[in-house]
Amino acid sequence: MKHDADLLIVGGGLNGPALALAAARDGLSSIVIDALPKARMEAGDFDGRSYALAMSSVRLLRNLGVWDAVADNAQPMLEIKVSDGRAGEGPLSPFMLHFDHAEIEEGPMGHMLEDRYLRLALLSAVDDNPLISMQNDENVIAQEANPQGVQIKLESSGALSGRVLIGADGRRSGTVERAGIKRTGWDYGQTALVCAIAHEKPHHGVAHQFFMPPGPLAILPLPGNRSSIVWSETHANAAAFNALDEDAYMQMLRPRFGDFLGEISLEGQRFTYPLNLTIANSFVAERLALIGDAAHGMHPIAGQGLNAGLRDVGALAQVMGDAKRRGEDIGSTFVLDRYQEWRRFDTATLAAATDLTNKVFSNDNPLLRLVRDVGMGAVNAVPALRRTFIREAAGLTGDLPDLMRG
Amino acid sequence: MQAAQTTVDPSEVAKFEAMAAEWWDPKGKFKPLHMMNPCRLDYITRQIAGEFGRDLSGDKPFEGLRLLDIGCGGGLLSEPMARLGATVVGADAAAGNIPVAQVHAEQSGLDIDYRNITAEEMAAAGEKFDVVLNMEVVEHVYDPLAYLTAVHDLLKPGGLHICSTINRNPKSFAVAILGAEYVMRWLPKGTHEWSKFITPDELYDLIRNAGLDPVDRKGFVFNPISWQWSISDRDLSVNYVTASIRPA
Repeated sequence: MKHDADLLIVGGGLNGPALALAAARDGLSSIVIDALPKARMEAGDFDGRSYALAMSSVRLLRNLGVWDAVADNAQPMLEIKVSDGRAGEGPLSPFMLHFDHAEIEEGPMGHMLEDRYLRLALLSAVDDNPLISMQNDENVIAQEANPQGVQIKLESSGALSGRVLIGADGRRSGTVERAGIKRTGWDYGQTALVCAIAHEKPHHGVAHQFFMPPGPLAILPLPGNRSSIVWSETHANAAAFNALDEDAYMQMLRPRFGDFLGEISLEGQRFTYPLNLTIANSFVAERLALIGDAAHGMHPIAGQGLNAGLRDVGALAQVMGDAKRRGEDIGSTFVLDRYQEWRRFDTATLAAATDLTNKVFSNDNPLLRLVRDVGMGAVNAVPALRRTFIREAAGLTGDLPDLMRG
Repeated sequence: MQAAQTTVDPSEVAKFEAMAAEWWDPKGKFKPLHMMNPCRLDYITRQIAGEFGRDLSGDKPFEGLRLLDIGCGGGLLSEPMARLGATVVGADAAAGNIPVAQVHAEQSGLDIDYRNITAEEMAAAGEKFDVVLNMEVVEHVYDPLAYLTAVHDLLKPGGLHICSTINRNPKSFAVAILGAEYVMRWLPKGTHEWSKFITPDELYDLIRNAGLDPVDRKGFVFNPISWQWSISDRDLSVNYVTASIRPA
């Protein structure tokens, strides 16, 4: 039977196009379907969102041929400083944990990259690839698996058939819902306030994470004298802060941020993201595989959301590429189960670790504070342990897909 | 003798569909074969690609190759070979497997010529192939040399023969019979008769005596920690595979 494409990918954000590009390297064709109109996806204005790309993610993007297009706009992260703080004290407490890329051979721990550059580079690579086509401004209303493939119905009354359906449509994935896969998750009681700020003094490529009782504040270096911040607060606080005008908002941020980078001002829009963990109870179903937030929506505490999604991309593309070369049916249960086995354990571990970190640090209990201060001091004092953390942050641990290897 | 094409009796289709579902159930009774299949396919596809100069990353790399799968069962190897573009004949001495394999190939949209026939019968009929897959069969035949001679006759000059089987030593007895048949219950008791197992050197001799040139041998090794099979250059102690060529 002739299909419209090997892969039908629902969701044209970042992971969907990345998977289409990765699959095309193995000669697999894709149709990427997205609800947004093309013009809006390609709008290049800065909206304040950016990503902390781990070294492994950078390698994957390089292998997909999109890194060169964004490298000039990426800020290498050379050091990460983690400290414990209280609102009003800023980051002035002595640095408790210090990770320096000079301690590992692989290079910077990662790069900060604004959403607008990454999105455009992926879309332009997709445009140039003869094996990939985009269908914008389109919604999937039904999906059905059969022994030979999968059929989807589109809102525009069209229909498409492929060998395998990919759910890359985010944490409120319609693909997951239509497949009848339930989700498990919980709310952290926190909302992340996200924005970019300009500051007076250079950041020297240093990322900061301050753990404060209401939630962590991450300050991540962008090119120039700018940083991206992820500021987590209780839902109520976040809603109140977000409702403030720009000046008042900055008044609330300043004492938390401190003055180590001089004067600070807002750049671009402000965003809020309620922090919750939501994991699909299965990452695969008949002729269906889930990637990115559709499979696992995570706490962005360590910037692991996109990195985890790109690991899904690398793993799934590798599993399907190997299967194609063997003559296996790439959408069969045998093949998709290999992807699930590869990614599910990793994801559960990461989600649990992130959750635990947040619980331990977002707390003003004096005993817990003492325990974590001693713990952080201990990690900091032992170089081997510190290097392990650096490699973990750079995404260089675990069973890496080939696309993420050096 | 030319075997009659087996056609499926419509009244029996439901039964065969159920049996096909069983053959292709990832958690069913053929699970051990499915677990081993990626490893077997890696070896087979790379040997064919190497011998005939085909690029596995392309579309239908085996186009134009005529391939025979002896002991095809439910089509676990025949289907991937057809998907890669080979013209496939699947032969099985067990008549019951043929309609099962046919039903599944049809569901998969693949065109495969399944026949209830033995290798010896096909050789006598003068059939010729570029590739003969002879996987986990030789340990079940009564006269291995006569059987491998038939395989030789089925190959075109320059044709490739891939043959896998089980070694004969205390470890293979423990793993393949006690382990697989009695402890894990992967295979029905009595599936294998240990005395019929063949060592790699014996197999090389048999292959040479049948007129074929052995060119490669590797082990298939099961790792109980990762629960996966892999190809080994050195460990041929239990499951192993060989490649041989009919001289031009």
